[in-house]
Amino acid sequence: MASLKEFRDRIDSVKSIQKITKAMQMVAAAKLRRAQEAVEAARPYAARMSAVVGNLSSAMDGRPGAPELLVGTGKADTHLLVVASADRGLCGGFNSQIARHARAEASGLIKDGKTVKILCVGVKAADQIKRVYPDQIIDIISLREHKNIDSTIAAKIAARILELFEAGEFDVCTLVFSRFKSVISQIPTAQTLIPAKDGLDDDIGVPDLGGAAYDYEPDEEDILKILLPRNLTTQIFQALLENVAGEMGAKMSAMDNSTRNAGEMIDKLSLQYNRKRQSMITTELIEIIAGAEAV
Amino acid sequence: MTGKLQFSLVSPEKELFSGEVDGVDVPGEEGDFGVLPNHAPVMTTIRPGTITIRNGNETQRMFLRGGFADVTPDGLIILAEEAVDLAELDAGKIAQDLRNAEENARDADTDEKRETANARLEYVRGLNDALGG
Repeated sequence: MASLKEFRDRIDSVKSIQKITKAMQMVAAAKLRRAQEAVEAARPYAARMSAVVGNLSSAMDGRPGAPELLVGTGKADTHLLVVASADRGLCGGFNSQIARHARAEASGLIKDGKTVKILCVGVKAADQIKRVYPDQIIDIISLREHKNIDSTIAAKIAARILELFEAGEFDVCTLVFSRFKSVISQIPTAQTLIPAKDGLDDDIGVPDLGGAAYDYEPDEEDILKILLPRNLTTQIFQALLENVAGEMGAKMSAMDNSTRNAGEMIDKLSLQYNRKRQSMITTELIEIIAGAEAV
Repeated sequence: MTGKLQFSLVSPEKELFSGEVDGVDVPGEEGDFGVLPNHAPVMTTIRPGTITIRNGNETQRMFLRGGFADVTPDGLIILAEEAVDLAELDAGKIAQDLRNAEENARDADTDEKRETANARLEYVRGLNDALGG
């Protein structure tokens, strides 16, 4: 049986762990609030952007010469999965959820005889996917050097994807990320980025023009040429923001759990420690009394 | 022809303006144009410049760094790459920024740095002009 000193040491170490998890929880809570504000502030832009793209895509529908970014290459042989996860652990099942979703997506595509390529954004999901699909991963982009998520990172990722697309490396691009629904609920989501028209939400209605013809300045194709890459950046940026908020939410509840567990452990250990101490005192007393009686 | 124009100005970071106004002047890629209620549907790209929002006797000017304007019967949506309210700007600070940007552009030693510095310089210069004009 452990000595009293060992008990004291264990209680102390659990106490300091509890202090750390408590601090991490509070940091996550503060970051969560900021991330949540950022997500909510960015949502209108992404939504408007989708509306504008949807609007244009219906105008271009069925016309020859529509950009491949919008309507696709006409094939669906090679899929690029962009998996966006966090760059840090200690946030519960957040990264695993994304990785699992991405793996399910990939295995479904492979079963259908498609070629799958994976581009990982954030290293945590990459670590898990690497075990199953080591050859499919073409690159891993770390977010660690960026302290805040801003649109330049999204632009960089979008540029990378466009480069691959123009080189004919893939036909369909799907983004896997975690949609931030609430602090305790993040939903891993797959969203089609290329062709852009497949990724549009169905509920974005095309505005009723009342018979008037749309005027484009410069013409549709020129606008689309600028708009589609911007749209790509916007969707990625939005996904990254959703991820950060989700990560912080998950981290907060994970750390809350840890703090509570540590508290329970401290209680349990203290109880054992006190019992042990009492039994030692009792033993000593018995020895003294027995000694006194013998005299 | 009554009623107001539903106008919203959004940038990737946040929604800067949303509400009903009398009219908006927009610097289009192929020329400036004014949008009033019941404007015909138009979609255009925007060059860096100032938009003027008119509502009653009030006007509000904002500087945009490119983007898109989409006019539908529902109203006007501007998707700006970057937007600032000119009323919130400080002329002294902009002048200082401009000097810094010029310096950075001169000192850039790699192509990549030069490109970012020049883009920044162009942006700040635009801001400075908008403020002066």
